[in-house]
Amino acid sequence: MGDFFNPFVIPFCLGTALLFIICIWKYVSWIRQFDRLQRTIVRKNIFTWKFLGAIWEMLTECLFHFRITRKNKLLGYMHRSIAFGWFLLIVVGAVESRLALGGGKPFWVSIFFRFFEHNPHTFGAATFFTNLMDLLLLYVLSGVLLAYSKRIYSRMFGMKSPTKHVIFDKFALSALWCIFPLRLLSESATAALYHNGGFMTQAIGNLFSQPVAAALELPLWTLYSIALGSFFVAMPFSRYMHIFTEVFLIYFRKLGVKEHEQPTGYTKFELSACSRCGICIDACPLNNYLDIKNIQPVYFLRDLRYNRLQPEVVNNCLMCGRCEADCPVNIEQSAVRKQMRNKKEIDTHDNYNYVERVKPFSAIGRVAYFGGCMSHLTPGITEAMCAIFEAAGQKYWYMDQDKTVCCGKPLAQQGFYNQATELRRENTRLIVQSGAQLLVTSCPICYQEFKKEYRLPIKVMHHTEYINMLIASGRLQVQQSALKVVYHDPCELGRGCGIYDEPRSVLKAVATPVKARYEKEKSICCGYNLGNTVLESDQQGEIRDASMRSLLCNNPDVIATACPMCKKAFMHAKDFPVKDIAEIVKDNLIS
Amino acid sequence: MNEIAIIGAGPAGIEAAYVLAQRGYKVTLFEKAADTLTNIRDKAYLFPDFSSAADLADQLNRKLQHENITLKTNADIVSVKGESGAWKLVDSQVNAYTASAVLMATGYTVFDAKRKEELGYGIYQGVITSLEMEKMIREGHIVNTMGEQPGKIVFLQCVGSRDEKSGNHYCSKVCCVTAVKQAIEVKKHLPDTEVYLFYMDLRMWGEHFEEMYRESQEKYGVKYIRGRISEAASTFDGKVQIKAEDTLVGLPLKMSTDLLVLMVGMEPSAGTRKLATDHAMANRYGFATSQSPLLDDNLTAEAGFFVAGTCKRPLSIIDTLNDARAAAQRIDEYMNTLR
Repeated sequence: MGDFFNPFVIPFCLGTALLFIICIWKYVSWIRQFDRLQRTIVRKNIFTWKFLGAIWEMLTECLFHFRITRKNKLLGYMHRSIAFGWFLLIVVGAVESRLALGGGKPFWVSIFFRFFEHNPHTFGAATFFTNLMDLLLLYVLSGVLLAYSKRIYSRMFGMKSPTKHVIFDKFALSALWCIFPLRLLSESATAALYHNGGFMTQAIGNLFSQPVAAALELPLWTLYSIALGSFFVAMPFSRYMHIFTEVFLIYFRKLGVKEHEQPTGYTKFELSACSRCGICIDACPLNNYLDIKNIQPVYFLRDLRYNRLQPEVVNNCLMCGRCEADCPVNIEQSAVRKQMRNKKEIDTHDNYNYVERVKPFSAIGRVAYFGGCMSHLTPGITEAMCAIFEAAGQKYWYMDQDKTVCCGKPLAQQGFYNQATELRRENTRLIVQSGAQLLVTSCPICYQEFKKEYRLPIKVMHHTEYINMLIASGRLQVQQSALKVVYHDPCELGRGCGIYDEPRSVLKAVATPVKARYEKEKSICCGYNLGNTVLESDQQGEIRDASMRSLLCNNPDVIATACPMCKKAFMHAKDFPVKDIAEIVKDNLIS
Repeated sequence: MNEIAIIGAGPAGIEAAYVLAQRGYKVTLFEKAADTLTNIRDKAYLFPDFSSAADLADQLNRKLQHENITLKTNADIVSVKGESGAWKLVDSQVNAYTASAVLMATGYTVFDAKRKEELGYGIYQGVITSLEMEKMIREGHIVNTMGEQPGKIVFLQCVGSRDEKSGNHYCSKVCCVTAVKQAIEVKKHLPDTEVYLFYMDLRMWGEHFEEMYRESQEKYGVKYIRGRISEAASTFDGKVQIKAEDTLVGLPLKMSTDLLVLMVGMEPSAGTRKLATDHAMANRYGFATSQSPLLDDNLTAEAGFFVAGTCKRPLSIIDTLNDARAAAQRIDEYMNTLR
């Protein structure tokens, strides 16, 4: 070992040791904090084929960064060159060191290989490996260079508002930025002395005079080792914890682990898997249209991780899911935010006597129709649905026509889980008792709740799905009109439930659709999402106006939406006609 | 050039034109509609003395006979440009006019009740606006959707006024007393019909208003409920079912009624909105802002460009006429400075 030791490796070795101790300690304690369901899921799935899917996603996301590349090619290249390049440097370096020196050498030797092995011809393909390592270093350096320029001009990378980092992140970032240039310089200095460099390190080394190289060699290698060590020590406490954590997160997620009502160890994985890349900031309508810059997932997750979360950051979010559509790590930020809104402990002194007064109904052979509270405030929608049921000859039970039990979602979204559970129980009782075979709802908020949070024994459809089915099967005769419509994707229906095609296919049958600037998962929330309890109505109006600008870019005659809340939002804007899809279908029925 | 241009032949425009004409100025009055005083003609009787709206319209129109006044109807002024003493007005047919001073009296329009969809206007036949009620009163024919005598009529205040959601935070001022007036007229006509009036506050600010309110209860039996109506729905027999909260009792209530009358508030007319925006004096609602509400309420930042009437804010007819006279006085003063 004596030949392969030099005191300069100590910072690196200490850093590496600390990194691994801290990471293992953190990961073990987080896994121990999984709740019972999450543990069962891990145990049941750990030796299944899902493992393969996880490996694939680890490759595509942790190394190749496909999702970031989709956002911006240059940004993707930057992340890929640093992550994948560094990974290859370590792997190829280890292979090279093993081929040259055989096994059983200390682990730092492959990292500082050129310093310890001066002979460039120890094995057959040695020259190839030397040049390959230089090429990989160049690859990483190109990414580092882009990272520097991103600090100066982030717009080149498609990012308008880069993240504001905490001091720990800045420290780790500085260390990271030094690592590869220092490696280049130290290897060049050694190459100057011993001519063991590749095409790049040797070329730079040749610029050094011998005495300068001799004087600088050890200090440079020491600095390189210190940079590595500092980065490793900073890593578990900074945003760079995401490097390892994302691997675990992907694995657990592929096994089927999800966020639950309460924060668990899995939540800790999610918090640390956030790389604070800041892509969510540009996606967030609060940033884009209200200049609110402290509540985006990147800051919310960071503040939660460092235990300094303010209530305003938790509550000032539309829960529109726009950020989640762009997140390269697919973090369930809305679910985590809901956990932080938990008000289970608060006794609101509600009594639920009124829900018991709702009369059961025998609806066998009928469709149960649930308009929802919001649709009752936009009676045009419920009237249209009733007309459509009649036209299709479908018997239906309008279950909340007179007395209404709320679906529970508005309460659950604000953390009143107990109260929401009471309402869900009552609705479930009514629906199961009725014997109806299908539940149709007009409100995407209710739809998502019935579909995801209830365990109903019958199928749940949003009215756009239902109407689409009626038209496709020929039960509903409609005519196509020349009305130019643009479709607004409601958050809860689109990003929330993935319903993008059915509404469009219905509109195609009854009108002439035109496109919006931002569509489907990129659509802008109408601003009135119930998820936010902080915004003032004029702020909601700003977001609504931005959403309308996107919708009106191709001069439609009318805005079509499929959510009573969005309809209300756009109607408050005064100047433009808004209709629900159901109303447009009703206007074009062939009777 | 001694001409004064007045945009809008409503009570403010006509009254100001008359005062100025009497003082010897040549006045041209531009009206985009085919006729004058459209917002007065759709009323039956006026508060507080139940005088006839048609009579007031006739009296005002008679003032237009003055030799110094030229009335141009169907003249929709789309742009007013210029500076002190030399204004150029262009209408939608691209006719140009010049004037030494301009008075903007472009008035109001009523809130579009369809924007409060939860109240069911345009969806349920039994839901009407205060204008439609006024028409029934004028024709002496107050009926429900079946064409029969209504058993019950409900008035709802503050539709599109004092309402954050529709973006109109202001009070429209005249709806409270209008509803009281209409309720009394309904009762005079149909003593057996039950009349309810839902309100947030009743603002009986003018002379005789409070007396009317008291009389409506004591003499006519109109019932007042403090609370807003949250939603309306139809019933199988063509009536309207409303849900509300009686905030004095603190209980939710449901009621079905033959007619639900929405007291729609005032919003800036399209002309007001456009002119106010063009001249960078639109407030957040689109009304024109005067230079100072206390001393210079008819002046704007531009010398020679004046404002009067409901293009500034909701006003009663009484206040509008007074405001027009005040504007005429300020225009007269201004014209003297040009000499």
